[in-house]
Amino acid sequence: MTECKNKLTIRGLTKRYGSATALDRVDLDLVDGEFLTMLGPSGSGKTTLLWAVAGLNDPDGGEIWIDGRDATHVPASGRDIGMVFQNYALFPHMTVRENISFPLEMRKVPAANRPQAIRRALEMIKLEHVGDRYCSQLSGGQQQRIALARAFVANPSIILMDEPLGALDKKLRDHLQLEIKRLHDELATTVLYVTHDQEEAMVMSDRICLMNGGRIEQIGTPDELYFRPATLFAADFLGESNLISGRIVGEDADRLVLELPGIGTLRAPSTTPYEQGAGIVHFTRPESLSILSGTEIKDNLVRGEVADVVVSGALTKVFVSVGDGATLQVSQLTSVSQRVRKGELLTIGWDADVGRVFADNRREVA
Amino acid sequence: MASADVAAATTAPSPARPGTHRLRWQTLPVAVFLLALFVVPVVTLLSISFFDNDGSPSLEHYKRLVDVPLYGKVLLATIKVAFFTMLFCIVGAYPVAYLLATSRKSTRNWLIILVLMPFWTSVLVRTFAWIVLLGRKGAVNQVLTAFGITDAPVQMIYNFTGVMIGMTHALMPLAVMTMLAVMEGIDPNLTKAAATMGAKGGTRFWRIYFPLTMPGVASAALLVFIASLGYFITPALLGGPQDTMIVQLIIFQIREVLNWQFAGAIGVLLVITFMLIFMIYDRVFGLSVIGGAARTASPAEGSMIRNYAGRVGTAITWGLAQITDAAITVFARWVPARRGGVGFSRGGLYLVCALIFAFIALPTLFVVPVSFTSEAFLTWPPKLFSLQWYQMVFESPVWLGAATRSFVVALITASVGMLFAVPCAFALARDNFRGKSALFGLVFAPLIVPNIFIAVGLFFLFSRIGIAGTTLAVVLGHTVIVIPYVVVTVLAVVKGYDRNLDHAAATMGASRMQTFHRVTFPVIRSGMVASFMFAFIISFDELTIALFVTGGRVTTLPKLMYEDALLAVSPRLAAVAALLLVSMSIVILASELIRRKGGFGLGTK
Repeated sequence: MTECKNKLTIRGLTKRYGSATALDRVDLDLVDGEFLTMLGPSGSGKTTLLWAVAGLNDPDGGEIWIDGRDATHVPASGRDIGMVFQNYALFPHMTVRENISFPLEMRKVPAANRPQAIRRALEMIKLEHVGDRYCSQLSGGQQQRIALARAFVANPSIILMDEPLGALDKKLRDHLQLEIKRLHDELATTVLYVTHDQEEAMVMSDRICLMNGGRIEQIGTPDELYFRPATLFAADFLGESNLISGRIVGEDADRLVLELPGIGTLRAPSTTPYEQGAGIVHFTRPESLSILSGTEIKDNLVRGEVADVVVSGALTKVFVSVGDGATLQVSQLTSVSQRVRKGELLTIGWDADVGRVFADNRREVA
Repeated sequence: MASADVAAATTAPSPARPGTHRLRWQTLPVAVFLLALFVVPVVTLLSISFFDNDGSPSLEHYKRLVDVPLYGKVLLATIKVAFFTMLFCIVGAYPVAYLLATSRKSTRNWLIILVLMPFWTSVLVRTFAWIVLLGRKGAVNQVLTAFGITDAPVQMIYNFTGVMIGMTHALMPLAVMTMLAVMEGIDPNLTKAAATMGAKGGTRFWRIYFPLTMPGVASAALLVFIASLGYFITPALLGGPQDTMIVQLIIFQIREVLNWQFAGAIGVLLVITFMLIFMIYDRVFGLSVIGGAARTASPAEGSMIRNYAGRVGTAITWGLAQITDAAITVFARWVPARRGGVGFSRGGLYLVCALIFAFIALPTLFVVPVSFTSEAFLTWPPKLFSLQWYQMVFESPVWLGAATRSFVVALITASVGMLFAVPCAFALARDNFRGKSALFGLVFAPLIVPNIFIAVGLFFLFSRIGIAGTTLAVVLGHTVIVIPYVVVTVLAVVKGYDRNLDHAAATMGASRMQTFHRVTFPVIRSGMVASFMFAFIISFDELTIALFVTGGRVTTLPKLMYEDALLAVSPRLAAVAALLLVSMSIVILASELIRRKGGFGLGTK
């Protein structure tokens, strides 16, 4: 059942540039109406994957199915897609109307039906009055929205977006993120989106596909990725984290017992088979940690001295040195009355369930 | 690319500095020099045509122009030559420019040398090579008869065909470079975007790429047309009597009958032709497209003709797109598409471009073997091997003297040109001052005005002040020609220089002199050297000015070659041409390498 609802199915997709492997046997499924974001550092292969789906590069292996048809060797012009390019790629010699009309014309939409479709598209992006202008006469944000309209006007199977907000300033970007999300909902369309901005990915996506070194590191909802990262890379790449190296000393009531230098003994959820004495990295989000008032009890308690306090708007970040050079970051909502002072001694605590344990593959490096 | 680049280009206005709006002293030498030795002579030449031979105002020369049918006929023949040259150049240069624009950068740089080498090889050497190739006993005819394709030698030179071949060969690099400039500015994502919207290959090319290259095509067409109108060397050496160009009439009037006023009148006729062409061009394309990048596509406004032309153009490209797509579809049915390999259309492009590159680069090389012939006349294949012609050249005081004079003249011209033009280019690149656009116009005018006007005007002026026929006269004339080129090249270098480097040096305590000496100059040095060599080559190769302002025993190498070639094409000339070809190629290659290697990744790299 799910197979036939798949808008996009990718199996074993591989792409090499000379000796470098840009995509390494990638599998990906995109269901109808989904907004999936490819997230990753530069060079992780996310754009290569998007371009392969668009038919703009030739994969060295694997298959791409769009809407239940094998599209692996179909040229871009035959794939029934819409694409928004990083710098929009609006045709400078055509007016806005002609730009939006182009995909309709290419899909042989009768000339009589085009004006209505174009008008609707322009209404959707709230730019009804610019149809006869040339794109160079529009602002960056307006050009961006024209590019969006051009991508969705012909109702393609999938809309691909290659860092479409990268060239805009922060305010405009925030605004357009919501705009794109609204369009996605109203049009009930399927979107494959590429960005290197994790916040953008979090705000917009149904699911995020985290890429690293040409492979998929983890795929899941923003919530899953943020609170249950599958790998050390995922934990480190997304948001802020406390990562502390140590080793496993045993198990106690379905909890792993860890020994961390300078901190002491900690408990963490037991997920995978473990090896006694194995080197691990313990992970927590700064907002999962709290500064204890003295009466509270948590599974893990650590004492330390406040090294620094940074107020970054709504959040206050407290850096606590807990011994042996290790520092734990605690993030809490900024409050006017309760202030922690540098040099203060205090206790930090958290429940075992909020922590994660990863095999330490960084040790070789250190 | 578009918006980000535009933003980058329009931001960061140079901070206003004190004295911004004063006339800059460093532009004075150029301004004065060009006014005295360019504007005054040319204007004088054109205005004396309104006087009769006794010096009283009269239109008798214009009456003669109208009455004698010869002049109208020659003008029409000139326009015909210019038109077809333009056509062949555009058609031949477009695929080459497209290939260059879509190749990798390293490949492109080498191919550009291949295009530019013949451009900077002496016009005389190239024309001469065509005589070797296409003459009655030339290489082409020998091959044709040997294979029995023709019984008798085909007449390929001393007629319209010869002129077309020579002129297309001479001007095609100009067309390539002009179109390349526009094509490089086209965002490669545009055709990809069209593909994602469902456009096939033909539609992508004709409806997206081609319209965007139109500004380049239009300016290349204009440049080639204008340059062709002022041409005379190739038609004189490769054409027949019916291919006489209008400039040749001016030369005849000055050199044979010394009728200044009538020569001026022919000049005015040429100027009027120019202005008409500019007007027509402006109506159809708009003059603003010259040098305009592809992205600033002009919104359709202005003249009705332009709107109409635009609509016709859209219809034509639409039709071509349909035809091409259909052809590709049919072809794809026969030949199954190979994945990942070179596409059919790309393969075709390579083939076409290989042929055009061969046409551009190979013919000149034919002067080398014939220069080693042991016979007394040119044959193909040459009877090898003899150095007698080289010996003859090196033992001839006339040839050696001419070569030495050309060398010295080029050296002085390039030095003086740099001395005048570099400060001027700095001012033009960095400062805003009153009369800046006027100065721009003055500096670039010698590029547009045919050299023959400058040559005849200077001859007239120099005769009055008694320096005609001297080396000084050639140097002065060449400096006029060279200044615009130096300004253009130095301007490009200075514009590509990040002034924040200077600001940074200043914050570290460097004085203005130290900043220039330690930071600015080392960065722009290679550009300066290339510019100097550029000027040197132009002067060394210049014929028109030398033809008029030198005389008697004071002659330059190009002039001696030209006059020798008019009499007879001998193996001795082949030896000179071969020597020139080799030495100039070395200079050109060296300056290209200096410009690229030492560029610190600035500018054109």
